[in-house]
Amino acid sequence: MSADPTQVLAFETDCHIFDGCGFPAPGLHSFLFEPLVGDGTSNVYFDKTMLLALLGSVIIIGFFWAAFRKPAVVPGKLQMVAEAGYDFVRRGIVYETIGKKEGEKYVPLVVSLFFFVWMMNLWSIIPVAQFPVTAIISYPAGLAAIVYVLWVSLTFKRHGFVGAFKNFTGYDKSLGPVLPLAMFIEFFSNLLVRPFTHAVRLFANMFAGHTLLLLFTIASWYLLNGIGIAYAGVSFIMVIIMTAFELFIQALQAYVFVLLTCTFIQGALAEHH
Amino acid sequence: MSQLLILAVEESENPLVPPIPELVIGLIAFVIVFGFLAKKLLPNINKVLEERREAIEGGIEKAEAAQTEAQSVLEQYKAQLAEARHEAARLRQEAQEQGATLIAEMRAEGQRQREEIVAAGHAQIEADRKAAASALRQDVGKLATELAGKLVGESLEDHARQSRVIDRFLEDLEEKAEAAR
Repeated sequence: MSADPTQVLAFETDCHIFDGCGFPAPGLHSFLFEPLVGDGTSNVYFDKTMLLALLGSVIIIGFFWAAFRKPAVVPGKLQMVAEAGYDFVRRGIVYETIGKKEGEKYVPLVVSLFFFVWMMNLWSIIPVAQFPVTAIISYPAGLAAIVYVLWVSLTFKRHGFVGAFKNFTGYDKSLGPVLPLAMFIEFFSNLLVRPFTHAVRLFANMFAGHTLLLLFTIASWYLLNGIGIAYAGVSFIMVIIMTAFELFIQALQAYVFVLLTCTFIQGALAEHH
Repeated sequence: MSQLLILAVEESENPLVPPIPELVIGLIAFVIVFGFLAKKLLPNINKVLEERREAIEGGIEKAEAAQTEAQSVLEQYKAQLAEARHEAARLRQEAQEQGATLIAEMRAEGQRQREEIVAAGHAQIEADRKAAASALRQDVGKLATELAGKLVGESLEDHARQSRVIDRFLEDLEEKAEAAR
């Protein structure tokens, strides 16, 4: 899939079907932004996704600041909503996977992760922004790296060097002659593939979702000519359906991301892998 | 579109290669969120949740205490009521017993008085009878004396005659009595 950077966004032209111009399909170029500040050729620049990431942080902090700054024993509406979200992550994810006693320590991290990822995903369907920050691999990769460092160091701390090695390789004597192969695969799967899939799962979901939304949105515009108008209508209905679907996927992917995080931490804390 | 974007696309053809500036900003954004939540906001809400839990548990304890108190009061009340009922029953029983003894006593007294009266009547009748008998005996003596006087001069050997005399005498008496009536 090669991107054609000379293509312009469909909305920036008045290009429709039967006008003699091709379909401006979304591609990799849809995920690249001209820097708002700085120089794209160097590594010092500031673009839309960074702005959205920081803005997202501000929104999350703003929301929880408003809700939890002066919390009341009898909660107001905002506090109730925030508490529901907090309680969902704490009880529904952390306590369920790690357990109440051991998990309590990781609640702030997991809560932050969940709302951060969700907010970054949500940007996808927020008007004007309309871009999921997590569709840029850097953001999920950074978060996955934090989790990776955490669970690997936890494993070493909990089990010592040999124990951690056994934990990573799934050491099990009963496997007999297959043991070396199993250990190799497990080691590869745990230490190398796992963080990669952790980040890419989120990234790819948001990437694909955004591409789909773009496809139907551009098509709605592109088809808006002659008989194409009927198809444009269908395409627009698809935009609405996909937007609703994305809303669901965004929350689901945030949930999956933190659920995996908890599973990794639990695996690091467990006595036997 | 600008030349810059063309360059950027050529540089990062692979969407899985993370651009470093985004990585840094992403981490910074996350750390900011984590910092605020972990250091300030979540401890805040945890404290309040704990307080709420205590408040609810305190409320429940209070309610439980009130309930037990109500229960004990109810039991006391029931016990008192039962005691009162028992007492009333006892008093009624006593009254009945007393009434029964009174009636029995009065009946015995009446019986006794009746018997006294009857006995007195009998004694009176006996006395009258005795008096009448003694008076009759005197009269009979007198009459016998009288009869003996009349019999003087007649043979005492003749029993038959003597009997006849007595029979005649008694018939006379009866006739006199008949005549007197």
